[in-house]
Amino acid sequence: MIPTSALPRKAPLPPPLDTRYQVETPEGIDLPLRPAGLPPRALAFAIDLGLRALVLGLLFLGLGFLGKLGMGLGSLLLFVVSWWYMVLFEVLNQGRSPGKQLLGLRVVQDDGTPVGWSASLIRNLLRFVDMLPLGYALGAISCLQHPTFKRLGDMAAGTLVIYREQPVHRPQLPAAQPLRAPFTLSLNEQRAVLGFAERQAQLSSARVTELATLLAEPLQVAPTQAVAELNGIARGLLGPT
Amino acid sequence: MKQSQFEIRHQAHWQQFAHRLDLLERGKASAEEARAFPRDYRRLCQHLALAQERGYSSYLVDPLQHLVLRGHQQLYRHRSHLGAQLLAFVLAGFPRLVREQWPFVLAAGLLFFGSLLGTALLVYLFPDLVYSIMPGDQVAQMQGMYDPAAGHLGRDTERAASDNWVMFGYYIMHNIGIAFQTFASGLLFGLGSVFFLMFNGLLIGAIAGHLTRIGYGENFWSFVVGHGAFELSAIALAGAAGLQLGWALIAPGRLPRGEALRLAARKSVLMICGVMLFLLIAAFIEAYWSARTGPAPLSKYLVGAALWLLVGLYLFGAGRGRHAPE
Repeated sequence: MIPTSALPRKAPLPPPLDTRYQVETPEGIDLPLRPAGLPPRALAFAIDLGLRALVLGLLFLGLGFLGKLGMGLGSLLLFVVSWWYMVLFEVLNQGRSPGKQLLGLRVVQDDGTPVGWSASLIRNLLRFVDMLPLGYALGAISCLQHPTFKRLGDMAAGTLVIYREQPVHRPQLPAAQPLRAPFTLSLNEQRAVLGFAERQAQLSSARVTELATLLAEPLQVAPTQAVAELNGIARGLLGPT
Repeated sequence: MKQSQFEIRHQAHWQQFAHRLDLLERGKASAEEARAFPRDYRRLCQHLALAQERGYSSYLVDPLQHLVLRGHQQLYRHRSHLGAQLLAFVLAGFPRLVREQWPFVLAAGLLFFGSLLGTALLVYLFPDLVYSIMPGDQVAQMQGMYDPAAGHLGRDTERAASDNWVMFGYYIMHNIGIAFQTFASGLLFGLGSVFFLMFNGLLIGAIAGHLTRIGYGENFWSFVVGHGAFELSAIALAGAAGLQLGWALIAPGRLPRGEALRLAARKSVLMICGVMLFLLIAAFIEAYWSARTGPAPLSKYLVGAALWLLVGLYLFGAGRGRHAPE
């Protein structure tokens, strides 16, 4: 039997290799948040910029007919759109400006709670510094070197841009006779076996066989039987449906 | 307990919780439902902890985690101190904050008013200096705006007529933009704020000195004295807020720099809210009072002096009482 690097059952899981960011809630639950990196954020900003330009262009066309009143209204609008667009959307629309909404992003506080007026105001006012010296250079550098991709405004405001959770669709387990594992499975191994059964439909059959064959020896079955054996163990773990 | 048994037993709770979350997120939940929410949320947390501990499949744990995250966002919030306590902030909170941050306010005030008065004096004494500070056509434009012969005040000739509303919009856009810049650039270790404070002081001072020198002084000073009380102090305060950010980075004290910056930012953004209020008032005065040519310069000076006194009294005196509104 090959030595497994399994952890004892009660040991805490090692920190994930990806960029997930854990928030511990007062209930003692670790909530994983997925911070969004530079490219999706830049895209979202570009979309917002285009949208603002479009709205302003249309409004100025309309206001042009109103003469002087239109000019006054126009500069007020320019002010509102250039400084308040992000703040209003972030606070009133659950942390999502239209661009962020399209890309599935949202802004939250560091502790996973919704972003408030003062935090949103800070991060959007300090956008001015992120844009220095040109083309968001400071913001991009700060974003690229930070473990959770914060730009300077995010650091000062204590906010985070994360991916919104998408609803998951649960696959059917392949039909198999429920079996017991020949040895005690650790927590990670248990989840790995379940994951193998659940994600089988997304893999080619050659890859499925290849993966299962790796485990043929510890499971003490013939390599051809390994897939069925693993599916059976997964069924057994899941219990009667 | 096997995963499927666990699921069958609790599925109904989870669906009910998700439904309630939907209602809460759209702001339509009844008081009855809201009251039961924290208990349900904690039960869900327990289920999630159990599911993780027992190594159930990701397809069960992840949706539960998602539900908990949504519930967490409904249950826990940072209370925002801006909207709810606006009146208390205006009456007491803002002047208190300004006094609490007096070193920064003092430094920003010295930088801004110092460079303003210094440049004004220099330009008055050496009139040619104004052309090395700003380009000639800008000087000519300024002269056009305050020419006593033109019969209007503080605006371009072609925009002369009655439309105060246009200028109101323009002043808001322009002045609050400057204040925001002065504040935000403080993040660069305070250097940006120092630069903008001195730069704006320099420009305004140069114009003031030049116009006084060529004899347009009465027109100019009677125009600016009224709204200047709010506008100039607002720019100095915006600079103070920016310096506060920079100082948190230079000398964070016992805190890590990130943490010190976060704390400083939370305070300085309140200061910026007060600054916005000041600038709104300033734009209003500037468009509807300062630009009027009817009142004699003397009455404008008197009103201006009263406004400066008001700002001074407000910043130094308001909110000192023991029973000030909380």
